[in-house]
Amino acid sequence: MNNDNRQIQKVLTGIPGFDHISSGGLPEGRTTLVSGSAGSSKTIFAVQFLAEGIAKYGQPGVFITFEERVEDIRRNMRSFNWDIAGWEADGKWAFVDASPSANEMPEVVGAYDLGALMARIEHAIHKIGAKRVSMDSLGAIFNQFSDSANIRQELFRIATTLKKLKVTSVLTSERTQEYGEIARFGIEEFVADNVIILRNILEEEKRRRTLEILKFRGTFHHKGEYPFTVQNGNGIILLPLSAIELKQKSSNLRITSGSEALDRMCGGGFFRDSIILVSGATGTGKTLMATEFMAGGNNQGERCLLFAYEESREQLFRNATGWGIDFGKMEQDGLLKVICEYPEVAGLEDHLLRIKQEIDLFQPNRVAVDSLSALERVSSFRSFREFIIGLTSYIKHKEIAGLFTSTTTSLMGGSSITEGHISTITDSIVLLRYVELMGEMRRGLTVLKMRGSMHEKQIREFNIDMQGMHIGRPFRDVTGIISGRAHHLTDGEIDRLGNLFLDSVEP
Amino acid sequence: MDNPAVYLKLFVTGFTARSQTAITNLKLLCEEEFGSDYKLEIIDVLEHPELAENEKILATPSLIRTLPPPIRRLIGDLTDKEKVLHSLDVVSGNRNSKPR
Repeated sequence: MNNDNRQIQKVLTGIPGFDHISSGGLPEGRTTLVSGSAGSSKTIFAVQFLAEGIAKYGQPGVFITFEERVEDIRRNMRSFNWDIAGWEADGKWAFVDASPSANEMPEVVGAYDLGALMARIEHAIHKIGAKRVSMDSLGAIFNQFSDSANIRQELFRIATTLKKLKVTSVLTSERTQEYGEIARFGIEEFVADNVIILRNILEEEKRRRTLEILKFRGTFHHKGEYPFTVQNGNGIILLPLSAIELKQKSSNLRITSGSEALDRMCGGGFFRDSIILVSGATGTGKTLMATEFMAGGNNQGERCLLFAYEESREQLFRNATGWGIDFGKMEQDGLLKVICEYPEVAGLEDHLLRIKQEIDLFQPNRVAVDSLSALERVSSFRSFREFIIGLTSYIKHKEIAGLFTSTTTSLMGGSSITEGHISTITDSIVLLRYVELMGEMRRGLTVLKMRGSMHEKQIREFNIDMQGMHIGRPFRDVTGIISGRAHHLTDGEIDRLGNLFLDSVEP
Repeated sequence: MDNPAVYLKLFVTGFTARSQTAITNLKLLCEEEFGSDYKLEIIDVLEHPELAENEKILATPSLIRTLPPPIRRLIGDLTDKEKVLHSLDVVSGNRNSKPR
């Protein structure tokens, strides 16, 4: 068994994320079946395998199409910036057009085989010195010929020939159920060395695309389904969580939260590379904290990036102005970038990709996301968890400070599901709460967690005015703020509570 | 034979038994039905894959009748003679008859 592992080489596909979960790419010189339901991106995978081969590794490829017309493929794939026609002219890409022609189907007048197809394939491979071959899709050829048993045998012969020609091949096939048979027509029985399954699952009203390496004969691969997205200009991008390792460095440097009082409560400010969660009910001042976080960074000359999913640009800028912060100027100085989007416009995988790309582009020192809850509302449980992990690990990896806001569902306390996902990953947690006291709605702020540092335990009152947030004195003699049932203690109660902890046991 | 009425192209893969069967069947049929007024080309896709590529041939043996129009395509070793004649619009038994 160990000999097999060493002997089977792999070919890097160049498809982002795939080479990680396949532990090196596709088995070299072998055929891999890529099976998926309608709309699962099989053809894109097959094309991308060749495209990346040419663009990244200078390996020519032959594409055999049984279904889509050659002209359609050239045109459809342009949106991924793959200039297939150009590669054809350069002798790097060759089509074998086996698509149904506009002519009538031929009459069958005796025994036949697919010898001409095989000859054409070999010819194309030799002509351009191809190292990669994609066939799309096997099921379609059964539509052109009625003798299934014969065709199955011929496809087996072709798969064998491809192996002899020492090319690495991707063969696509259809399946009808997401969690059923591997492929129609029993194709997997003869092309079964390596199998990949693409799924396009409807989950809580959202489409979720996943890729699973079902098996690689004789060589290692990661197991299970991995979500991917299809992006204009890039194609298929996988987002494997297992690629993320807990290797973040740790910084002792402190940065300002934007509020001196809060910095003091945190023992000197946030850490340079920390993840901060700000949690509170609507209206408690989370957006204000995110805004001050941006302004605080700006004052130090830091580059700040804000992702806003709940308010429009105009609203954000107007709010900031109302708190004495000039986002417009910060933008003009090139130290601030604000990105506003409806969460509904894309799936979370796409949002994550967008965020990563913006971070790569703008190279900020600090990032704020307002709010995570807006994103949580439009995703499934699993997607959201993967999004959080992907985002926080990316930010930590880049040693950027990240502040995330989350909305608690009840006005007077409690916590949100978001916090369940994120609280163990965060380094600092700031809670903002309404405090109902003696007929008034006051506001309370506390630093719940500050990993690696001393911090104040008190709950301080704060208010918001035209200069932003003002953190005041700690609430005295009040209990139950965080649980939402604030209660002012009377003298008698204070005495009783004072006796809860005895210095020594008295006989 | 400058302007034959019938122009046929037969694509085969090498000279296997199946190829032979098709060639034999076809030559016989041509003699019987078209007399000398035909042109028959036999193309080995292993020797000339580019010709197979041009015509988008997948299966062999493959017979294409280029003349007279319309173009007709048949696949198989031509053992089903009835069907071959029918597909080529030939009414059997009439020597030198022109297909309709």
